[in-house]
Amino acid sequence: MCLAVPGRVCEVYEEAGLRLATVDFGGVRRRVCLETLPDAAPGSWILVHAGVALQELDTGAAEEALELLAQALPLGGRT
Amino acid sequence: MKFVDEYRDPALARALVDAILERATRPWTIMEVCGGQTHAILAHGLDALLAERVTLLHGPGCPVCVTPLETLDRALALAERGARLCSFGDMLRVPGSRGDLLGARARGGDVRVVYSPFDAVRLAAAEPDREVVFLAVGFETTAPAVAAAARWVLARDLSNFHLLVSHVRVPPALEAIAAAPGAQVEAFLAAGHVCTVMGTAEYEPIAQRHRLPVVATGFEPVDILEGVAMAVAQLEAGASRVEIQYRRAVRPEGNPAARALVDEVFEVVDRPWRGIGVVPRGGLALRGPYAALDAVTAFPALAGEAPREPAACRAGDVLRGSIRPPACPEFGRGCTPERPLGAPMVSSEGACAAYYHYRAAGGPA
Repeated sequence: MCLAVPGRVCEVYEEAGLRLATVDFGGVRRRVCLETLPDAAPGSWILVHAGVALQELDTGAAEEALELLAQALPLGGRT
Repeated sequence: MKFVDEYRDPALARALVDAILERATRPWTIMEVCGGQTHAILAHGLDALLAERVTLLHGPGCPVCVTPLETLDRALALAERGARLCSFGDMLRVPGSRGDLLGARARGGDVRVVYSPFDAVRLAAAEPDREVVFLAVGFETTAPAVAAAARWVLARDLSNFHLLVSHVRVPPALEAIAAAPGAQVEAFLAAGHVCTVMGTAEYEPIAQRHRLPVVATGFEPVDILEGVAMAVAQLEAGASRVEIQYRRAVRPEGNPAARALVDEVFEVVDRPWRGIGVVPRGGLALRGPYAALDAVTAFPALAGEAPREPAACRAGDVLRGSIRPPACPEFGRGCTPERPLGAPMVSSEGACAAYYHYRAAGGPA
């Protein structure tokens, strides 16, 4: 139920006073409510749950965390 | 998919398992809170990889499982009396006292699966003469979506849309689990997407009072293993801090706009959790002008007969982490996904369903 999927904002628009976006999820485009994320703009990577944006993804933190993990761990160094 | 696939890297996962086993000087017991995490753990066999040093207890993080039987019975009654009953797909096969929503649909009830509460609002707007009820279940992750939909309903002045609300809050349930006599949990992996919305401040008192590390953790195998590694590092050091593993999605303050929206529409209330009992401050109810959308007050005649739970179902013990599903005598025998006794056997986040799908019945209890 708490599944949330990352997607990229394509365009932002309005429907009956509601702030919405078209979001691309790996090729599938869906309508997403942006009332919870006023600063999201085309190009933003966002996390979406039940048709609503939960948060803008921190892409810098994502890359940094993976790099730090890879540095800290002896990848493939064991048998 | 970007931001997902990287966290399924087998080499990274293996290195994390090795690091955890090396770091742990004694066995530790850690509870993952969210049913989505439980399913990832079982699907990837992470529990077996860590078994030598880490016992993973499965927590209550399945909103479908803890939705009160009475609420479900009310939804069934509404569907049978001609309302268009909308909910997430997970709710349709959850057993009520007298069958499930799928059965109500088979008997002619207008039961719709929607992806978002906004889809239900659009159905109401398209047919103003038709009563639409959205069965709103979920943790703090889902509450902003329902709050935004409720605000849209009031703004559009739709009078044929109501909400049957069973929103629940995670921190009071963790407090209850940590405070229970004989509690085995030594650390929590908090549910990542709940923290995406709410942030991590609510977990500070739990970490301090019970001297337990709490790590806000994501849902992919590498996320979960990193969360376990962070918890083990704290346990070995005698620390009890709130930390964030799921940094790409969780900030300490959560999402302020989403929290403000939830506060505008909902207030915190005591709420019965199915299988667990009343959790103080464990739920959300519509407040102020939004209370007009409450299906319980709009259709009071539906209270009906007392809810009946099958006596043999041990869902409450499973949800509290007291037993693993295979320890239930009915698991895989009197209770299967085709003929469930309790919600955890049919929900996509239920621990019983995870064991049934990924472990043969009679596997490790």
